[in-house]
Amino acid sequence: MTISSTSERVWWKEPLERTELIWIVIALVWCLIMFFMMPYWHLYGQQNLANEAYRAKPADFAKKAEEIIAKHKVREEGPDNLKVPVVHPPAGSDVYLIAQLWRWYPMLELEAGKSYRIHLMSMDWLHGFSLQPENINIQVHPGYEHVVTVTPTHPGTYSILCNEYCGVNHHTMASRLYVVK
Amino acid sequence: MPVNRMFRTDPATGLVFHEPADKLMRWNAVAAVVSLLIGGLLAIGVVLTRWQAVHLLPPDRFYQVLTAHGINMLIFWIIFFEIAVLYFAASTLLKCRLATPAMGWAGFWLMVVGALVNNYSVFRGDSSVMFTSYAPMGAHPTFYLGLILFAVGALVACFVFFGTLVVARAERTYRNSVPLVTFGAITAAIIAVFTIAAGAIILIPTFLWSVGLVNYIDSLMYKTVWWAFGHSSQQVNVAAHVSVWYAIAAIVFGAKPMSEKVSRSAFLLYIFFLQLASAHHLLADPGLTSNWKIFNTSYAMYLAVLASMVHGLTVPGSIEVAQRKKGYTQGLFEWLRKAPWGNPCFSAMFISLVGFGFLGGISGVMMGTEQLNLIIHNTIYVPGHFHATVVIGTTLAFMGLTYFLIPVLFRRELAFPTMAKYQPYVFGLAMGGVALFLMGAGTLGVPRRHWDIGFAGNAFPYEFPGAAWLMMALAGISGLIAIVGGGMYLLITVWSVFLGKKIQTPGFQHVRARDGMAPRVVPAAGPVIAGHGSAGMIAPGTFALAMVFLVSFVLYYFVNWKYLSTVWPLK
Repeated sequence: MTISSTSERVWWKEPLERTELIWIVIALVWCLIMFFMMPYWHLYGQQNLANEAYRAKPADFAKKAEEIIAKHKVREEGPDNLKVPVVHPPAGSDVYLIAQLWRWYPMLELEAGKSYRIHLMSMDWLHGFSLQPENINIQVHPGYEHVVTVTPTHPGTYSILCNEYCGVNHHTMASRLYVVK
Repeated sequence: MPVNRMFRTDPATGLVFHEPADKLMRWNAVAAVVSLLIGGLLAIGVVLTRWQAVHLLPPDRFYQVLTAHGINMLIFWIIFFEIAVLYFAASTLLKCRLATPAMGWAGFWLMVVGALVNNYSVFRGDSSVMFTSYAPMGAHPTFYLGLILFAVGALVACFVFFGTLVVARAERTYRNSVPLVTFGAITAAIIAVFTIAAGAIILIPTFLWSVGLVNYIDSLMYKTVWWAFGHSSQQVNVAAHVSVWYAIAAIVFGAKPMSEKVSRSAFLLYIFFLQLASAHHLLADPGLTSNWKIFNTSYAMYLAVLASMVHGLTVPGSIEVAQRKKGYTQGLFEWLRKAPWGNPCFSAMFISLVGFGFLGGISGVMMGTEQLNLIIHNTIYVPGHFHATVVIGTTLAFMGLTYFLIPVLFRRELAFPTMAKYQPYVFGLAMGGVALFLMGAGTLGVPRRHWDIGFAGNAFPYEFPGAAWLMMALAGISGLIAIVGGGMYLLITVWSVFLGKKIQTPGFQHVRARDGMAPRVVPAAGPVIAGHGSAGMIAPGTFALAMVFLVSFVLYYFVNWKYLSTVWPLK
């Protein structure tokens, strides 16, 4: 039965067949193109995840977030028992977004066309920052402060969902992000 | 120590089974099918909950069922089956006695106990932590303990496999090199060893943390090391199901690889580079540099992708060559049209190959690209992708092999042959639907592992577009059909094994081999290139199909770059 037979020849000395040779060359070239696309996009593309991250303590991070909220809060939203402050930070500034069981805090209001340094960190378990309908998805860890510089393009009301499973109320972890002119 | 050297020869295929190995294969296969049954029942809960119009289970139950579904399918079903394949590849294909059957049983029972303990912890209700169990979210200690016991059992089985290779060489039961299928199984076993080592490195401290002996587990460290276990175990599956593809090509068509050099070198690339691909689970994570991400997931990973692209050509290519030798030489595709599409062994293997390549492979490489991962990470696109790789790829290939093993290994006739004829189509095509619709919903941002994308009662709900809801409903319907297809497989398998008609063969006999099996004389290999092809190629039809694959791949890859370029600038 062919399943258990091998040729007499040592396998690495067998000849290469033409169909295979041509395909290997084509596939290898394609693999190299895919490889070079990533450095290329770092140089010429607009969408690259930041390499900027720091180890941080949840308490310190929360303190910085509260300072920004105190300075730049414009209003509150949500039902009475779950009021969330809305922060409108100046363009180009540092903004802190807390992920915790099971909410995003605070809510952000950004200006279209301006850049912001958004600091992301979790207070407890892993969370997933998922901005809809843009569909930008970033992992949020406890103890790692991730600084992502974003430039919103179009005004509108966006949603931030959690897309890393974080326990039984994971699906309730949703917030908004406003982009204004 | 007395050594059991009793063998039986299967009269239909001429395959030689060592009795203790034969029994271990059967028990591992049965444990695999039982796990598939449990995982399949749980799939009903998952499918009917994520189909929002039905929304069957409450949230706590849903997350629990999803956890158990993932672990039973991805770990227990597949690894039990793989152990059976390893013993087959070492003992049967090399016509060799199994080394230390007692250790084989010790490994088997450790795996059984591990699987039971882990399932116990999940069904207790306090370990709904998903397959990934990301710390610092903690499970009950028995959750980690069960996985550790299972992994140790699997490791023992791998070493019984390696031991058998040593015995085979010492007792000269084969000549020349080991057969290609065994070579692929060795690849799978080597990857399994470092996979299990990574699992031990992360699960043992996490177990100690869960009982209070270690006070801190870093989330990024956990995720990094866990994926060296979690993704690599899927690479074991790839190596195993590619071996099964070659095995089925040989069984059904008498196909020989176009060149052993190419196929075996491709397996070697898996050993060298697959492990690094685990890093593509960390592309959206902080604290790791782009250089690290790009090196691990591309430079090295693409050499593993290259290997899969090579297997994707050489497996159907070997079938084409075998068919052309039989006289199916008309045009580019007569060899394929005249293939035995009614033989479930073949149809399962072919759907597995096409689904793995077109749906699973292309989407996997796209997701594993550093920047493109941003628009896909943790969306339901990811389950869409791995239902194409692990379910259509691995599970369907194993189902195809089962149809061969029932008469050979269990010595029973296949029950419900007509149902078996259709089963790969029902299961494979429906699962293709699941994969495609989930990927479609994922590109619209639908999160994975999420109980309610309707956000009922939420203060800040997000309204997903209608297309996303439609995709999830279609995925639900496809999922139900796939569950029916899986049920058909279970019915056929269980019925055949326990109630099927026994195959009585007059020539059946046990053979005692005092010094291992005498090597059979292998007929000298004919010229590899037989001149049945056209355009200077022995497999022009396969090459044409490969070009279709390449064009789809290139188009889809760049469509996603285009899509990425429209989202908010980030740096």
